[in-house]
Amino acid sequence: MKAAPTHAAAAAEFLKDSERSHWHDETLWHVRSKRDVSAQKIPEWEQLRTLASQIKDHVLSNLDNLLLQFEKKAQANGIEVLWAKDAQEHNEHVLRILEENQVKQLVKSKSILTEECGLNHFLEDKGYDVVDTDLGERIIQFNKQVPSHIVMPAIHLKKKEIGDIFHEHLGTDAGADDPKYLTEAARQHLRQKFIQAHAAITGVNFGIAETGGFVVCTNEGNADMGTHLADIHIACMGIEKLIPRAADLGVYLRLLARSATGQSITNYTSHFHRPRKGKKMYLILVDNGRTKQLGREDFRNSLKCIRCGACMNTCPIYRRSSGFSYNSTVPGPIGSILSPGMDLNKHSTLPFASTLCGSCSDVCPVKINIHEQLYKWRQVITKEGPPQVSKRWAMRFGGQVMSKPRLFELMGKMARKSLSISPRGFVYNSFNAWGKHRELPEVPKETFKDWYRKNRNHDK
Amino acid sequence: MTSKESILAAIQANKPDLLPLPEQPEFPYDNNLTEQFRQSLALNGGEAREAKSFNDVTDYLETHFRNSQMIVSLSEKVSGNFDVNMADDPRELEHVELAILEGEWGVAENAAIWLPEEKLHHRALPFIAQHLIVLLKKDRLLGNMHEVYTRINVEGPGYGVFIAGPSKTADIEQSLVIGAHGPRSMTVFLMD
Amino acid sequence: MKVGLFIPCYVEQFYPKAAIATLELLEKAGVEVAYPLKQTCCGQPMANSGYEVFGQGASDLFRENFAEFDYVVCPSGSCTLHAKEHILSNKEGEPKLYELCEFMTDVLQVKELKSRFPYKVGLHASCHGLRGLGLARPSELMVPDFNKPLHLLEMVEDIDLVHLARKDECCGFGGTFAVFEEAISVQMGKDRIQDHQEQGVAVITGADMSCLMHLEGLLRRDKSPIKVMHIAEILNGQEPDK
Ligand code: SF4
Repeated sequence: MKAAPTHAAAAAEFLKDSERSHWHDETLWHVRSKRDVSAQKIPEWEQLRTLASQIKDHVLSNLDNLLLQFEKKAQANGIEVLWAKDAQEHNEHVLRILEENQVKQLVKSKSILTEECGLNHFLEDKGYDVVDTDLGERIIQFNKQVPSHIVMPAIHLKKKEIGDIFHEHLGTDAGADDPKYLTEAARQHLRQKFIQAHAAITGVNFGIAETGGFVVCTNEGNADMGTHLADIHIACMGIEKLIPRAADLGVYLRLLARSATGQSITNYTSHFHRPRKGKKMYLILVDNGRTKQLGREDFRNSLKCIRCGACMNTCPIYRRSSGFSYNSTVPGPIGSILSPGMDLNKHSTLPFASTLCGSCSDVCPVKINIHEQLYKWRQVITKEGPPQVSKRWAMRFGGQVMSKPRLFELMGKMARKSLSISPRGFVYNSFNAWGKHRELPEVPKETFKDWYRKNRNHDK
Repeated sequence: MTSKESILAAIQANKPDLLPLPEQPEFPYDNNLTEQFRQSLALNGGEAREAKSFNDVTDYLETHFRNSQMIVSLSEKVSGNFDVNMADDPRELEHVELAILEGEWGVAENAAIWLPEEKLHHRALPFIAQHLIVLLKKDRLLGNMHEVYTRINVEGPGYGVFIAGPSKTADIEQSLVIGAHGPRSMTVFLMD
Repeated sequence: MKVGLFIPCYVEQFYPKAAIATLELLEKAGVEVAYPLKQTCCGQPMANSGYEVFGQGASDLFRENFAEFDYVVCPSGSCTLHAKEHILSNKEGEPKLYELCEFMTDVLQVKELKSRFPYKVGLHASCHGLRGLGLARPSELMVPDFNKPLHLLEMVEDIDLVHLARKDECCGFGGTFAVFEEAISVQMGKDRIQDHQEQGVAVITGADMSCLMHLEGLLRRDKSPIKVMHIAEILNGQEPDK
């Protein structure tokens, strides 16, 4: 695949509308602040994070056995389990199920996995009308966009824009932008879709190995509205979503919603173990690059992610550049360590879209060392990614200078000299990205070495 | 090789050495359960009321609902006006105004109430109704999620759900709106 | 106790006053400090850009320069962290590496400072020192509160320390990030400055000159009266530039 526009270019584009960028930053910072308040209320917060991380450590080290245990249990409970190596196979499974059951109408609740697999496009090309039922997802579906955030898919849109979208698609009053009014319009519209649907597709937040069941969390109740009314339930699950025991949910559910939005729990946490009488339930287990990531020791634990989105809300770069600047299904810090594993060339600029401030790692409820992995991807990309000749040369040259004290001093002298005598126009030109909006430091009369030699001359 | 086999083979080749599964933690909870539950539910957009007897519930119904509205009650002590057994297909519940259910356990820390399938009759009921009332005995309140998972068997019913408030969304500019798809209100009666 | 002073390359070249203040602070505390003249850089600029390999020469030189010391002290959280993670591997017999503030609070256990700084000051928490070295409690972590640089600043007479709306948000410097992601970097810097500005600070300080260099660049371009000073300068009782 060819390279996406660099993150830097996309970010610069978004920042041109500085009022919007500022609003985006404030909105997400507010979510992060709510998370802080909520986490603060749990005395054992840090212990829970450690546990959540350790449980996933175990899962990743025992994934094959747990998957087999999970499958066996699920099958015994009447769930049909399917395996998919990649996105294509996943989509084909879904299509086959729809065809076999002669499904015409289907509703879907939020699933990042199906985004990753491009399921909507795949089904639409086959003539299906896929209705996303999460309000945010429905908005961006009308607007022909992809989610810009994994928990708040339409966070990039203002209510005025949503009002316009609804006016066009749902016939709401022109110019109306009251969230209550717009939500009510979506409610009426989607109720019809729920009643008519033959099949419901959902994602999976947690698969429970010991019981063969799975858990779906929503606030809107859309996953439940869909699955309990339709005859067919298709659940799509990444193989890393497994946890060993039902009781482990106690750990993850205390962390998930608090990390995501600051709520103590999502209003609906649904545990599915058997289809309704006479109805069908399918579960598709998807690899799509996950087993590869499992084999990369430095990047393996990115698979612990429970998709809470906290690393996005906290990331000072995400907040100011929005999800689209990442050009990957999962944006933000976690996306920047997952996506290079899927396509190194396409996503080669993402690990550089960070100051390595480390806030993501500290906020992450499963303690993924995100910023350290960003650093490690950088080392991989300079070796295996698209060549960057001038950067490489500059770094190599810098490295040589830094390893030779005399050369370092000489280069310093030259740079200081030329900086102090050069005309401004020469220093602050379009090649100097530093100087576009920033001054270079003033050149002092003497360096510290000069001063030290004069004032503390007890060294050789 | 089937996809299953190839995925499992890839895992075997790539997984690290086995790491231990930590013991289940016990985190004692010492807040006042009733008060904490009330606060938690309010934060989730619901309302908790304390009830001395079922009369309190009936009084509430009389002031808040009309008999012309479709009311389903799965509590023996409170009567509705529509027999849920009459509906074969959950779609027939489309016009239910109010569903009254009995919760099995409540969690003070986050106001989550455990409702296994047998307490729902139709899985769709607590979602499709316009309003939801849950009756919960005070002595069924627990502190946190760890405690509740030691008491329930999630696998027993084909389906079970923690409901912690009404249906809500904040997908439009982060403004909270109650009543996204499901109930526009949730009232929990904490019964003596 | 033999202490070697490690001064990051850009501080040596552009901010000698921060280096001098560091040296004097340590000397005043009665520490015997030496500054090996053959030092250059820790290699972080190369490594963070993905070229760890090209920083190898600088790392070797670092080890050589400081082999004879018990402690190495450096007035930069970022360079200290890099050297800790990538150069000195905490082996027996190797010198122990400390950032200046943590050296003062943890090793020297400084209880008082004889300095005065009668100005309104905002403390910028640089990320690598904050989260990497643990100089303070990052706002994400639910652990007991502590803040080593702040603790030291509070010992300075007449200092007026402000509360920021976002007490530990990144300033957007990030090494080569400042250049390759220029637009975001500048916006982050401006936002940080605004937070300080709203509190009416005269001086922004911090334990990392690199972040301050970035903020200073923005301030000077805007002809702002706000000055930046390395924390060592304030602890050492220096006056801001006029
Ligand atoms: S990486 Fe961590 S913080 Fe980010 S979405 Fe995943 S679980 Fe949440």
